[in-house]
Amino acid sequence: MAQAQLPLDTPLSLPEHPKAWKWYDYFTFNVDHKVIGIQYLVTAFIFYLIGGLMAVAMRTELATADSDFLDPNLYNAFLTNHGTIMIFLWVVPAAIGGFGNYLVPLMIGARDMAFPRLNALAFWLNPPAGALLLASFLFGGAQAGWTSYPPLSTMTATTAQSMWILAIILVGTSSILGSVNFIVTIWKMKVPSMRWNQLPLFCWAMLATSLLALVSTPVLAAGLILLLFDINFGTSFYKPDAGGNVVIYQHLFWFYSHPAVYLMILPIFGIMSEVIPVHARKPIFGYQAIAYSSLAICCVGLFVWVHHMFTSGTPPWMRMFFTISTLIVAVPTGVKIFSWVATLWGGKIRLNSAMLFAIGLMSMFVLGGLSGVTLGTAPVDIHVHDTYYVVAHFHYVLFGGSVFGLYAGIYHWFPKMTGRLLDERLGILHFVLTLIGTNLTFLPMHELGLKGMPRRVAMYDPQFEPVNLICTIGAFVLAFSIIPFLINIIWSWNKGKIAGDNPWGGLTLEWTTSSPPLIENWEVLPVVTKGPYDYGIERRQESTDEDHDEEE
Amino acid sequence: MEQIPASIWTLTAGVVVTLISFWVGHHHGLLPEQASEQAPLVDNFFDIMLTIGTALFLVVQGAIILFVIRYRRRAGEEGDGLPVEGNLPLEAFWTAIPALIVIFLGIYSVDIFQRMGGLNPGDHAMHSMHAPKSGMAVVAQAPSKTTSDATALLAAAQPPEIGIGASPDVQGKAPDLVVDVAGMQYAWIFTYPDSGIVSGELHIPVGKDVQLNLSARDVIHSFWVPQFRLKQDAIPGVPTELRFKATKVGTYPVVCAELCGGYHGAMRTQVIVHTPEDFETWRRQNQGIATAPVIPSLRDRHIHEMGVTAELVAQVEAIAHDPSPEKL
Ligand code: HEM
Ligand SMILES: [Cu+2]
Ligand SMILES: [Cu+2]
Repeated sequence: MAQAQLPLDTPLSLPEHPKAWKWYDYFTFNVDHKVIGIQYLVTAFIFYLIGGLMAVAMRTELATADSDFLDPNLYNAFLTNHGTIMIFLWVVPAAIGGFGNYLVPLMIGARDMAFPRLNALAFWLNPPAGALLLASFLFGGAQAGWTSYPPLSTMTATTAQSMWILAIILVGTSSILGSVNFIVTIWKMKVPSMRWNQLPLFCWAMLATSLLALVSTPVLAAGLILLLFDINFGTSFYKPDAGGNVVIYQHLFWFYSHPAVYLMILPIFGIMSEVIPVHARKPIFGYQAIAYSSLAICCVGLFVWVHHMFTSGTPPWMRMFFTISTLIVAVPTGVKIFSWVATLWGGKIRLNSAMLFAIGLMSMFVLGGLSGVTLGTAPVDIHVHDTYYVVAHFHYVLFGGSVFGLYAGIYHWFPKMTGRLLDERLGILHFVLTLIGTNLTFLPMHELGLKGMPRRVAMYDPQFEPVNLICTIGAFVLAFSIIPFLINIIWSWNKGKIAGDNPWGGLTLEWTTSSPPLIENWEVLPVVTKGPYDYGIERRQESTDEDHDEEE
Repeated sequence: MEQIPASIWTLTAGVVVTLISFWVGHHHGLLPEQASEQAPLVDNFFDIMLTIGTALFLVVQGAIILFVIRYRRRAGEEGDGLPVEGNLPLEAFWTAIPALIVIFLGIYSVDIFQRMGGLNPGDHAMHSMHAPKSGMAVVAQAPSKTTSDATALLAAAQPPEIGIGASPDVQGKAPDLVVDVAGMQYAWIFTYPDSGIVSGELHIPVGKDVQLNLSARDVIHSFWVPQFRLKQDAIPGVPTELRFKATKVGTYPVVCAELCGGYHGAMRTQVIVHTPEDFETWRRQNQGIATAPVIPSLRDRHIHEMGVTAELVAQVEAIAHDPSPEKL
């Protein structure tokens, strides 16, 4: 198990012994996994703000039934880029690139990722991708939605559409490089004293995520390259009047993009499995069930993509097969939720911001998951496909299930990353506003969809106006909810209370190093002596001798 | 002493949750009017899922709230909670219950889908009657230069194998009425092959077995009537169908549900479900000539608001005003 030493042999071009990073280190091709993690997080958050502004503009347009605020083509450009940015430049990079890079080496007792330079390269593919998307507005903006189905995508705003494709190929490449790195790092570099069943659940989730990304991303890239050829080089893979087939694109696209929702959600589930036991002061309930359910989700998740195509060019047998496989994914997902809820039972729950966001995620995700089950069945999906019911569902999953988890992670690991605590009062205000805003925005959308409002429209039937107005008000609440968070981050990073190495009393390895961690993470590599979630176990053993309390 | 009240509480909670769930499942009022044979099937299934879903939601949500309140750390409290790491019977239980629920829902949904006609698109009897006729009409259009006509040609030349087909009670029978439906940016054109009527609105008789043959001239559109609970994409180059019986006289919206360009949201028209007598009257009045009530407004909307080319509008109008194939 000499692999744990591997990064030591790699000559790192780093300054001798700085206590902390300087601001400009974050703008360089730095190879330290912690710098890269923060680079990912901050960049992703900036994109979140940009994508959020687009969402607010869209909701403003939708406050009334007519198209009176944005030009309809600009609306579609916002729609496309909002979805693309939120998925490919916010949730995925923040969860996988940000938390994954920052935490995986620390959690397994490694000094860095297996391939530090590759890691930096993977990050630096992201900013140009974002720049391409934003620059595409100069050419009218890609119009065809984040799914970019041909023939619409081959007919409208072709320059912007090509830029969109290149941007996605860049982030796709980044995610393939990142995945290889995670798999090798987790496989080869955990400290020898850590057994597989002591691997933190976040790392299990990252392993499953990376395997899934490796299998699915190349298919998307292939599909998009063919699309690029159709647009620019006169091929006709997807052109029906020249022998192509538009439905092939949908299969290629969803073969990646359905798993992509698990790429977003699995690392977040990993974050949940770390945050909950620490703040509930309990061992995670069903460690193995959670670890294996990640792998199960990743396997079954590869066989459900056609549920996005029930109303499209899908033969009947496929509709049935994919109804059943889709419903089956609900089982491992449910197992995770139940395990977290059971972890709360009998705990000593600290209701701080990190925990509130984690609990908020559980509630919101249950609703998003249940509406997902209804969408998975062909008969109901045929009615609500491509309506606001779907928009409600995926925002519950993506906002409630991803963004809440990212916030939980930020409140939880900010002290490790910066050495300072976030302010709790601002954190709780942020949580309350976010919770109200999310439900106000997305809950009424279920009704809109069921009653007959299609999605991706800039103008709609006036009967839906009152409900849309509620959604728009909710969107403004959500927009304002960011303010306490931003103030908190900026203020606390400079002036917040000093955190100490282990403010939460966590047992995973990242809490054994200083906050922020040294350049190579530890002076002496840690030795694993107990499980990552052994809360309360020591007390039970020692309570006979004396009153022991491992809290700081 | 402890045990008895706890189980009574659980029982009461169980009863309350069940009652609320059934109430929600039957009184949610979230779905629009039912106007097709398929609608009640879909709605019943949705109601069942909503009932189960409400129960699960209340149980999980209730547990979360209960635990958070009961096990929150009180001021000055130190130390850790009970170190319970797992419980095999409990885990087996909550894996098995959802698994059973989804297997039940899966089987049930196949049954519903079968009764909706989802398993029989391209049912044979109607093709021998219909396909050649519509095929001929479209072949006559082929000389037109635009590529979109070629896709319409392709679409109509082969029988649809995708969509919602004959429901079990009409399987193997020809439909009472066939309408060719073409989607284009941003209008639906309805052609009645047996009477030569071309219209911007869909007129159908109530209680009759209607088949729509869907095609698309430019991009993908999606034909949706919320009150029918039916939706099917119109895909360039891939013929699709919707077969249904409207059950209620009235006027319902036809919505395009697939992003088809800037004015996707404006791609709306209506379906008018007539009594059989009214439908006959409508048909007699419009036989041979094309009524296209939506076309004048289309012209205004397209040219003045939507920035669509004048050629395209001319093309639509040519089809609308002069459906006879020779003149195209
Ligand atoms: C700030 C809160 C947000 C608001 C107000 C908002 C609003 C919207 C609106 C109005 C649409 C258009 C829906 C449609 O017609 O299909 C939309 C689409 C979408 N949103 Fe959001 N959204 C928000 C946050 C998010 C987040 C956090 C994510 C993902 C992590 C996300 C992912 C998407 C996606 C994937 C689409 C579909 C885009 C497409 O169809 O091309 N949104 N959002
Ligand atoms: Cu359309
Ligand atoms: Cu449309």
